[in-house]
Amino acid sequence: MTITDGRVTPREFPTNRGGLCQKGWTSAALLTSPARLTTPLVRRDGVLQPATWDDALDLVADKLAALRAAHGPDAVGVFGGGGLTNEKSYLLGKFARVALGTSQIDYNGRFCMSSAAAAGLRAFGLDRGMPFPVTDLDRADAVLLIGGNPAETMPPFVQHLRGAELIVVDPRRTATAELATLHLQPAPGTDLALALGLLHTAVADGRLDRDYLAERTTGFDDAWRIAATWWPERVERVTGVPVADQRAAVRMLAEAGNAYVLTGRGAEQHATGADTVSAWINLALALGLPGRRGSGYGCLTGQGNGQGGREHGQKADQLPGYRRIDDPAAREHVMGVWGVDELPGPGRSAYELLDALGQPGGPKALLVFGSNVVVSAPRAGHVTDRLAALDLLVVCDLVLSETAAVADVVLPVTQWAEESGTMTNLEGRVLLRQQAVPVPEGVRSDLDVLRGLATRLGQPAERFPTEPEVVFEELRRASAGGAADYSGVTYDRLRAGEALHWPVVDRGTPRVFLDRFAHPDGRARFTAVEHRGPAEPPDADYPLQATTGRVLQHYQSGAQTRLVAELNAAEPETYVEVHPDTAARAGLRDGDRAAVVSRRGRTLARVRCVPSLLIDVVFLPFHYAGDGRANLLTNPVLDPTSRMPEFKVCAVRLETV
Amino acid sequence: MRNVVVVGYGMAGARLADEIRRRDPGADRVAVTVLGDEDHPAYNRVLLSSVVAGSLTADAVRLHDADWAARRRVDLRLGEPVSKVDRTRRVVHVGDGEVPYDALVLATGARSWVPPTEGLLDGDGDGAMAPGVVAFRSLDDCALIVEKASPGTPVAVIGGGLLGLEAARGLAGRGCLVTVVHPVGHLMERQLDPGAGRVLARTLEGLGIEFRLGALAGRYVPGEGLELVDGTSVPADLVVVSAGVRAETALAEQAGLEVDRGVLVDDALRTSDPRVHAIGDCAQHVGTVSGLVQPAWEQAAVLADRLTGAAPAARYAGTTVVTRLKARDVDLAALGDVHVDVDCPDAEVLCFQDPARGRYAKLVLRDDRVAGAIVLGAPDAAAAITQLYDRGLAAPTDRLALLLGRALPTAGGGEASPADLPASALVCRCNTVSKGQLVGAWRAGATTVSALAEVTRAGTGCGGCRDAVCGIVDWLAASQPQPA
Repeated sequence: MTITDGRVTPREFPTNRGGLCQKGWTSAALLTSPARLTTPLVRRDGVLQPATWDDALDLVADKLAALRAAHGPDAVGVFGGGGLTNEKSYLLGKFARVALGTSQIDYNGRFCMSSAAAAGLRAFGLDRGMPFPVTDLDRADAVLLIGGNPAETMPPFVQHLRGAELIVVDPRRTATAELATLHLQPAPGTDLALALGLLHTAVADGRLDRDYLAERTTGFDDAWRIAATWWPERVERVTGVPVADQRAAVRMLAEAGNAYVLTGRGAEQHATGADTVSAWINLALALGLPGRRGSGYGCLTGQGNGQGGREHGQKADQLPGYRRIDDPAAREHVMGVWGVDELPGPGRSAYELLDALGQPGGPKALLVFGSNVVVSAPRAGHVTDRLAALDLLVVCDLVLSETAAVADVVLPVTQWAEESGTMTNLEGRVLLRQQAVPVPEGVRSDLDVLRGLATRLGQPAERFPTEPEVVFEELRRASAGGAADYSGVTYDRLRAGEALHWPVVDRGTPRVFLDRFAHPDGRARFTAVEHRGPAEPPDADYPLQATTGRVLQHYQSGAQTRLVAELNAAEPETYVEVHPDTAARAGLRDGDRAAVVSRRGRTLARVRCVPSLLIDVVFLPFHYAGDGRANLLTNPVLDPTSRMPEFKVCAVRLETV
Repeated sequence: MRNVVVVGYGMAGARLADEIRRRDPGADRVAVTVLGDEDHPAYNRVLLSSVVAGSLTADAVRLHDADWAARRRVDLRLGEPVSKVDRTRRVVHVGDGEVPYDALVLATGARSWVPPTEGLLDGDGDGAMAPGVVAFRSLDDCALIVEKASPGTPVAVIGGGLLGLEAARGLAGRGCLVTVVHPVGHLMERQLDPGAGRVLARTLEGLGIEFRLGALAGRYVPGEGLELVDGTSVPADLVVVSAGVRAETALAEQAGLEVDRGVLVDDALRTSDPRVHAIGDCAQHVGTVSGLVQPAWEQAAVLADRLTGAAPAARYAGTTVVTRLKARDVDLAALGDVHVDVDCPDAEVLCFQDPARGRYAKLVLRDDRVAGAIVLGAPDAAAAITQLYDRGLAAPTDRLALLLGRALPTAGGGEASPADLPASALVCRCNTVSKGQLVGAWRAGATTVSALAEVTRAGTGCGGCRDAVCGIVDWLAASQPQPA
């Protein structure tokens, strides 16, 4: 979109086709919001008070240097975000590993699409959310969408699903499920069993693409041995999805000329999230979809730069270009580009990093960029306590988010229209977002902050450029030869409007797997996975299952969207969706305030009676602050592979207040 | 290292070995020996009806690959029947050798019961079936059935229980002319009431299966067919026997363990000798010999917890049974106590009958919870009611919704006229625009769809509401007084 005189105008673009939802239309409000931070804040006598940039940066650098001298480099942690531009993500990773020398860096994308990333790597040898252009979906005859709700989270995207028979898997009858030809409504935490069941049905109903299996895949037999034990009637009993609907779903996919399987957060945010996504990929492979023109598997990424944010080194186990930090050749390459001769190894994952703050052996200082963990991290009450145990908490943000409000130092940084930079969208296409309005007085970009701190920590200034295009030139070299190779992307090509999907050495790669998958043998791999179920099953004390998600008007932790009057008026406070009978049995009526209680915390929310909910399931949006935080309830148990927390299911009870 | 010896490599024994290795993958705590008397790998008995129906191959229903034992560090010995258990010396006799154990698990399963009908056995007294007669129990049985079951072949199935009907459905799907002979007046009498049995028979008749109910087979004459006691006869080139099973307890009896209809076990799955356990179809727990896979698998998990020390105090507390007929185009679930009359004073009983369309539902509620149900021809309801039953959840107060298996559509539904919508009704979700806002904007002069989009942004997100906005524009225009 473009912006003129503070008004937003949508642009014709393949992903949204000129459409904007309310978040987009109102996004200019944040540029002039009175809540916008325009001066650094430093906590003195317990209160955040205005300070000069020099004073604030000096204070932070001195304290970081002292902590490092006393406790070693891992005493400082860094927490990034999937909304940061590629340039910021890249420079943040470099800053952590070079200027701080710490291994302790991770980001909120770990909470978002790390399970799909892990499953995609296992299956295809490469993780590009959608390995095909989003416009390919327009010609789909059938789309199976698991745990995604684009009608709320990404409304213009829905245009691409109009032509297809849509099958939606979601425990709730969401706005997206309302659009579906077929809605499969599994009990929370059972979609892995459902995926195994659909694979079983695909075999039993003669829907396997045997030629494709033979030519393009390995490992089917091991995956089948497990799926063989998930016959449809057993799956129905575990998931609640009728046998007839399981059959119908497989039939619709198999009979479609062009078909896609797409996963969202609902498949991922489980302690079995990576295996769950693998199970859905297995189904797609069994039907012969991935790597075929007009069909495929894709992950719907969440945040603005959800794809690019995971490629350039703000993840604990990664270096730029989607390289692994424990790969000696990758380390060698990146050290060469950075002109250094050592790098730390892998660090803790996001929740483990937050959980370790202020603990023996854990970081004593944390720098937060583009994230609001007080609201968005699981077991949020505990995370807030850990932040309070730090010697130093520094938050870079454009508004006083809930995390900024408890920081020792807050640094006001630029936002979307005030800066240039690249983002990589859900289809792996690199986009240049150009500065449209001047930077407000007193505000600096994150790149400036990184240089300011790095030079104070003894780094040469030229190692931390502040011009986004200069940073990008370095990113190109650092990513060259990696999986996410950006070496052929330039600002000039992007300004000229070229559609460049990575890897880009010379030309872009809109469709990655048409000829071969990225494993050495060129084949995709089935992963043999077994259903395990939610980590915290309901019991007599906590008889209900809570699941969390989003509403259309709010983005992520809501720190920005709750400040936009028009958005906040539409959804001003948190609520809990409850089946009317379950509400009545708890002594609650529609509109009452209720407490939702788990083993980890208590959330206050207004009751919304929803007859289409499963009778033992409640739903809370996670965008709200204070005692309305859904994440006070959530279970931080982690997926063993992706280290993703189990946001999507925990045991709760309802109480009157 | 503890030496666990499992007798039987069927669904229970194979699962136990898997569950043990899931808890002890490196074989650090428990050595596992599995003795199987058949000489091929374990297979999934639940899926045999799919093999008969032709939807799965014999190979696809194997539980393990050929290299499973080596990969899982299990000492698997096939084709070696156990002849004797010596509990004093703690060894089992296999062929000429002995296998010592610290813990012995009997997972010997069950065998088909063959009614004493003349001509079913081959007459040698060895228990083998006569030519043209086959039980429906093993993978080998299925191979025989499939070999004979060409289109047009007349087949008699003895037994109208769950498995007999699954076999009949599979054979009818292959084009065989199937007649089910059942000694009781209605099908699946243990799980169904007479009304449901009638609707089920009618549904299956529609799929080409004939029934002889309340009829006993008297004699099988190869080449002629199955003569019934009432003097009539049923054409049959093949007779499939599915008249029930009996627990295989010979080894346990010989070893002096306590046996009733099965080998008696406690909640720790111990027999009368605490070093000997029994699971699966051969075991009898609190009066129940299940013959179903789910109890066997739950028992295997409990026993693996105990034998590996993963959860030494684990107990088996019984399994909630839900009967689900696996037959294409027939959707039947039965659970709990269904033999309750509608006017029973201590239960609430709901009934729905639509035999013409193959639908039947009966629901027994006690204390607002599902105590029993038969759901035929209503797939959504079957799934939802099973969930309520399994989880012990209070049922929705809207009993009609309960019978439908889903929330009732909200009042009105369909294409409501814009006039009937309340002003607060959301028209454009993407931009939170209500009907009231659109009406206000229209009155202020935005009288076209594009003008309304300009002012309110309705229709500028996903575009899904454009028809609705159009409808409102037309309705408002039509509601204006026409110039004379």
